[in-house]
Amino acid sequence: MFGQRVMSVRRSVLAAAAAVGIAAGGAGAAAETFKWAFQGDVQTLDPHGLFETFTLGFQSNFYEGLVTRTPDLQLQPALAISWENVEPTVWRFTLRQGVTFHNGNPFNADDVLFSVDRIRTEGSDLKVVATLIDKAVKVDDYTVDIVTPQPDPILPLQLEIFFIMDKEWSEQHGTTEATNIRGDDQGNYANLNANGTGPYVVKERQPDVRTVLVPNPDWWGDNKSNVSEGIFTPIGQDATRVAALISGDVDMAHPVPVQDWKRLEDANGVSPLTGPEARTIFLGFDQDRDELLYSSMKGKNPFKDQRVRQAFYQAIDMEAIKDKIMRGASTPSNLMFAPEINGFNPALNERLPYDVDKAKALLAEAGYADGFTVTMDCPNDRYVNDERICQAVASMLARIGVKIDLLAQTKSKYFAKVLAQNGYDTSFYLLGWTPSTFDAHNAIVSLMACRVDGKGSFNLGGYCNERVSELSDLIQVETDPEKRQALIDEASRIHADEVGHIPLHQQPLSWGVSDRVTVAQRPDDIFHLQYVTVK
Amino acid sequence: MIAFVVRRLLQSILVLLAVGFIAFSLFTYVGDPINNMVGQDTTLAQRAELRERLGLDDPFVVQYGRFLLNAAQGDFGISYRHRRPVAQLIAERVPATLELSLVAAALALFIGVPMGVYTGLHRRGFLSQVFLALSLIGISLPTFLIGILLILVFGVLSQDINAAIGFHLVPQLPTFGRGDTVQLGWWSTGFLTESGLLALILPSITLALFQMTLIMRLVRSEMLEVLRTDYIKFARARGLSNRAVNFGHALKNTLVPVITITGLQLGSIIAFALITEQVFQWPGMGLLFIQAISEVDIPVMAAYLMLVGFFFVVINLVVDLLYYVVDPRLRADKAVAAGHQ
Repeated sequence: MFGQRVMSVRRSVLAAAAAVGIAAGGAGAAAETFKWAFQGDVQTLDPHGLFETFTLGFQSNFYEGLVTRTPDLQLQPALAISWENVEPTVWRFTLRQGVTFHNGNPFNADDVLFSVDRIRTEGSDLKVVATLIDKAVKVDDYTVDIVTPQPDPILPLQLEIFFIMDKEWSEQHGTTEATNIRGDDQGNYANLNANGTGPYVVKERQPDVRTVLVPNPDWWGDNKSNVSEGIFTPIGQDATRVAALISGDVDMAHPVPVQDWKRLEDANGVSPLTGPEARTIFLGFDQDRDELLYSSMKGKNPFKDQRVRQAFYQAIDMEAIKDKIMRGASTPSNLMFAPEINGFNPALNERLPYDVDKAKALLAEAGYADGFTVTMDCPNDRYVNDERICQAVASMLARIGVKIDLLAQTKSKYFAKVLAQNGYDTSFYLLGWTPSTFDAHNAIVSLMACRVDGKGSFNLGGYCNERVSELSDLIQVETDPEKRQALIDEASRIHADEVGHIPLHQQPLSWGVSDRVTVAQRPDDIFHLQYVTVK
Repeated sequence: MIAFVVRRLLQSILVLLAVGFIAFSLFTYVGDPINNMVGQDTTLAQRAELRERLGLDDPFVVQYGRFLLNAAQGDFGISYRHRRPVAQLIAERVPATLELSLVAAALALFIGVPMGVYTGLHRRGFLSQVFLALSLIGISLPTFLIGILLILVFGVLSQDINAAIGFHLVPQLPTFGRGDTVQLGWWSTGFLTESGLLALILPSITLALFQMTLIMRLVRSEMLEVLRTDYIKFARARGLSNRAVNFGHALKNTLVPVITITGLQLGSIIAFALITEQVFQWPGMGLLFIQAISEVDIPVMAAYLMLVGFFFVVINLVVDLLYYVVDPRLRADKAVAAGHQ
């Protein structure tokens, strides 16, 4: 796959060179239009408006941060050319010179300082990034110090999605604050217009209809793509999206339902493109309450007993789920974060064996030989085949005498029920998580740490081991990579030994791609036009 | 007459208030919008703060009251998802929905009525039987299935079919979106470009099919009824041509129920265009509404429901007024009734 891409890139470069020759030095190569579809629209063009993977990923075609990532998630320089941790709490970024925004304004340290201020404004959804930064200090026009509230060894990893806006442009158009959901039109200009430094320029924007990107001829980098116009269309219905791909109306569509892969393989001129996603799907238990909210077992909480949790774990046949539900494309996991995540240790990813007899014995030992009934909360439109996974889990648990009442509902209702705002109203649930920083700490602090001091905000079951919480704090400030890995491993090991959650798998990415193009698939489902080649 | 219109308008305000009340009482059950509005790393405190700013913790009656107060001043709020004024969003989408609905309604009328007349006049004709059989499909298949079948035939399989039969029978038609549009002031129209017209074909047929068959069957049964009446026999006895009898006397007298149904159906075409819009990714109000439901975008849902309620009320009013135009007896009765009071 990779080799093929490299080859076609080389071929297209030659083709582009030839075309330029023929066009007597014209800026554009052969006009290649590339059309693609996603299930939803990019929700705003404001780079600080919404912390959502698809929206930020789409914006990264025209906005850039100080750092960026390659298709295989390696960190690489963007608007900063280098960075170093000059003091434990100070990161010094050397900025790229000679970069201009799409409107021609030069990029410099003032724009970085302005953007740091902007993500603190009321409407910003990047406040999480803002909390990482105490302040930004301009050293000179092309050097900025970012001061962190505490030592932060992984700050650069967390800045990919922090996009830099042009100070002058924002002031000129009255959009110095992030687009606010409530209030007047303040910020609305950036909601519908963009002025970044990235490889593409937004030429046309009709929300929910189409958004057209064209190459930025003045981009500082080397854009190898031969796409002269990228047209993005949201298509909500799976069937319509797949039909548009097969009929050639779009060149790429994502996501494609897993059950349609066969159809794409059989159809002419298109094929499915799949790969592991960096999202880990897992099950969680309420281990906090003394009596479960939704269970036949009264007066006590079986999930407080580690043996019960392990029995559930070993009763689930992940290979069957992989083969039957995920068409062989999932990656069963024993860690709460994926191989693409910084801190992943393959030695710890071996799952406990699937063993029904052992599971039954564990349940009997814990005093639940006759099993019990518990309600399972599950979304039905959030993750790949989420409801079907829950159904499979329910039937597997039935074999050890546990009866599952499955409550599968749409994501808006599911999250409203199980999240903190509703008091973690669940006994047993399925959830998925991609660390937005691509670092294990994000998963540990959000999912595994005790629910105190703002930690464990998505630890819906209230799993709590003081040492894991302590490790989370240590990992956050440890700057030595080896020591840090040891701390991450210790947290993972404790969590696995105690069966804090049941990690299931990393779900597959599922794209449909026309044979006339090659694209690069990033494990976080972000799509970059600059890696597209039209044959 | 004026009193009648004024009375109906006052009633319609009550209807709209009731629609809004029911809508807001249901919004409590559609889920929590906050989680769709923020990223996963947003802290609990920030989520709570946002919920409070949007007033989502208030009882629904308070939220409804606030909506009415703002709506009365022409402010329908800001969409949670698009972060733009709802009025502006809907104004952008209305043209797409109305153009699609009008084309569908026109198709339904101009094909449905002649087919109904034909099957009424030639009850046992072969063609009538074909029409009736086809109409069963239109009545019984759900809209989204018809849409998907059309996409399959005219989008996915058209080339294969043409290749298999050896000549170009099935055209390849656009299966999603509106094609290129032209802006006429604030109205965006697809009528003026080739791709816009092509894009209209599949969705408008999908939307029209049910109404077409309904109108056809209605006209047919009304025709059969009327053709048996004495004045038709009389007209024939007077030696009038078939044409004059069928269209001048018979068809005219079938029109009152047809107008009622067509009018009401126009309302439902607009309201239920949302299914067709979703299947064909047609960027109209219905699609906006469907997306608003999945994202719990309350301001958009509220405004859409009120607007559709308003359309229904207005269409009903127009239908009632049309009766007066079509049926002279109503005017006479009213005059007589008024005279006796």
